[in-house]
Amino acid sequence: MIEVKDLHKGFGDVQVLKGITTTFEPGKTSLIIGQSGSGKTVFLKSLIGLHTPEEGTIAFDGRVNTKFTNEEKRQWRQEIGMVFQGSALFDSQTVEENVMFPLKMFTDQSQSDMLDRVNFVLNRVNLENSNYKLPAELSGGMQKRVAIARAIVMNPKYLFCDEPNSGLDPQTATVIDNLIQEITDEYKITTVINTHDMNSVMEIGEKILFLKNGIKAWEGTNEEIFKTDNEAVVGFVYSSNLFKKVRVAYLNETN
Amino acid sequence: MNYLEHIGKYFMMLGQVFKKPQKFRVFYESLFKEIEELGVKSLGIIMFISFFIGGVIALQTALNLESPFIPKSLIGFAAKRSIILEFAPTFCSIILAGKVGSYITSSIGTMRVTEQIDALEVMGINSLNHLVLPKILATVFFYPFLIALAMVLGIFGGWIAGVLSGLFSGVDYVVGLQTDFNPFLVTYAIIKTLVFAFLIATVPSYHGYYVKGGSIAVGKASTQSVVWTTILIVIANYFLTQMLLT
Repeated sequence: MIEVKDLHKGFGDVQVLKGITTTFEPGKTSLIIGQSGSGKTVFLKSLIGLHTPEEGTIAFDGRVNTKFTNEEKRQWRQEIGMVFQGSALFDSQTVEENVMFPLKMFTDQSQSDMLDRVNFVLNRVNLENSNYKLPAELSGGMQKRVAIARAIVMNPKYLFCDEPNSGLDPQTATVIDNLIQEITDEYKITTVINTHDMNSVMEIGEKILFLKNGIKAWEGTNEEIFKTDNEAVVGFVYSSNLFKKVRVAYLNETN
Repeated sequence: MNYLEHIGKYFMMLGQVFKKPQKFRVFYESLFKEIEELGVKSLGIIMFISFFIGGVIALQTALNLESPFIPKSLIGFAAKRSIILEFAPTFCSIILAGKVGSYITSSIGTMRVTEQIDALEVMGINSLNHLVLPKILATVFFYPFLIALAMVLGIFGGWIAGVLSGLFSGVDYVVGLQTDFNPFLVTYAIIKTLVFAFLIATVPSYHGYYVKGGSIAVGKASTQSVVWTTILIVIANYFLTQMLLT
């Protein structure tokens, strides 16, 4: 479980996060949504330790990350898997080398054991027979799947994804969403996803955190988001006619 | 950002770079990859340029020493001095600053803007140590061999040019090479090369690592890194010459 208490973060005179308090539970897919500039990326980067909070705490299963010793921090880093928006695959390395990289850095496994593990996670993300391809030779969806494979190869307790669907066609986006949710359920990972994709919100949002101007404006589930009358959420999520109609249909069906 | 801030940030970067590698197996792999990328792949251009510039140095010297009172062997002597003292270590390092420096900045800069460096940091890897230390060791280890090769080929190019043009004989040239040979001059050239190699690896790495923005910013950083590496090589050359030869 990740517990965030009163998180503040700014850059110079600009205060980006203004006291966010929330929790993310294991085995659940939590989504952070909000307009561009609402502080989603800064929040996610604070969670993974790329930004140091000015005030407040982030506790990972009771361990506050700003109080870690170097050894604890090293250990904690290995419990984290991260899928970046642009996949962030090492472009000079093949798919196999990319996925094997964390194993090489942090374990003393033999080459054959590492290869077995790499092939296992590549199969898990439905990416067989691509071991020797370079990232540039893969489609966007395949790159995302390699990034997911690399993120889960060390059996992480926490998985973070920054806009995993950006730049993907709707069908591939759904495949990626389902894959993340399956992995979360299967390994009981605490998964936090930063997204703009309302399909993801409706489909896999077991918990949704809506940020506006650096504060938590709303939180709930994908069931509750249909029923909420929070103006900011309604204005953001149901800005398109399609989703307005989906909402009306849902409410008619459930009433 | 003013110059003092850049200098401070550069030295702080070096503080992170010179730490024990997290996994020696991965470090050795990176080191050999960088030796190939930064060293072996520069052999062709250095060999080509050294040979022809050596020839030009010898021809120019011959054309400017037409007095019958000046022995022809002086051409070999002057070419040897020019090539060992300045052409091979300094001129070749400036060429390498352009070729290798722009490669280092653009590769690290691209890693920065595509979040590959963030990915390393999230995994708990000291990205500066992981990316920059192999580059420094590769250049510092390999460039003395590269420059030594440039010296040999430059001198050989001078000999070929003389023989083919008929401006001086091969025997006179070899006599000039052997005249007043001071081995310290080679040591001096190698010391300069080590310093220049360090600058060629670290200054472009600094520009690439701290780049902000997109592809245009990476392009600008590459240009800046080549300019600053060249400036620093020229300044270091002056001070090293002052310290070691006077």
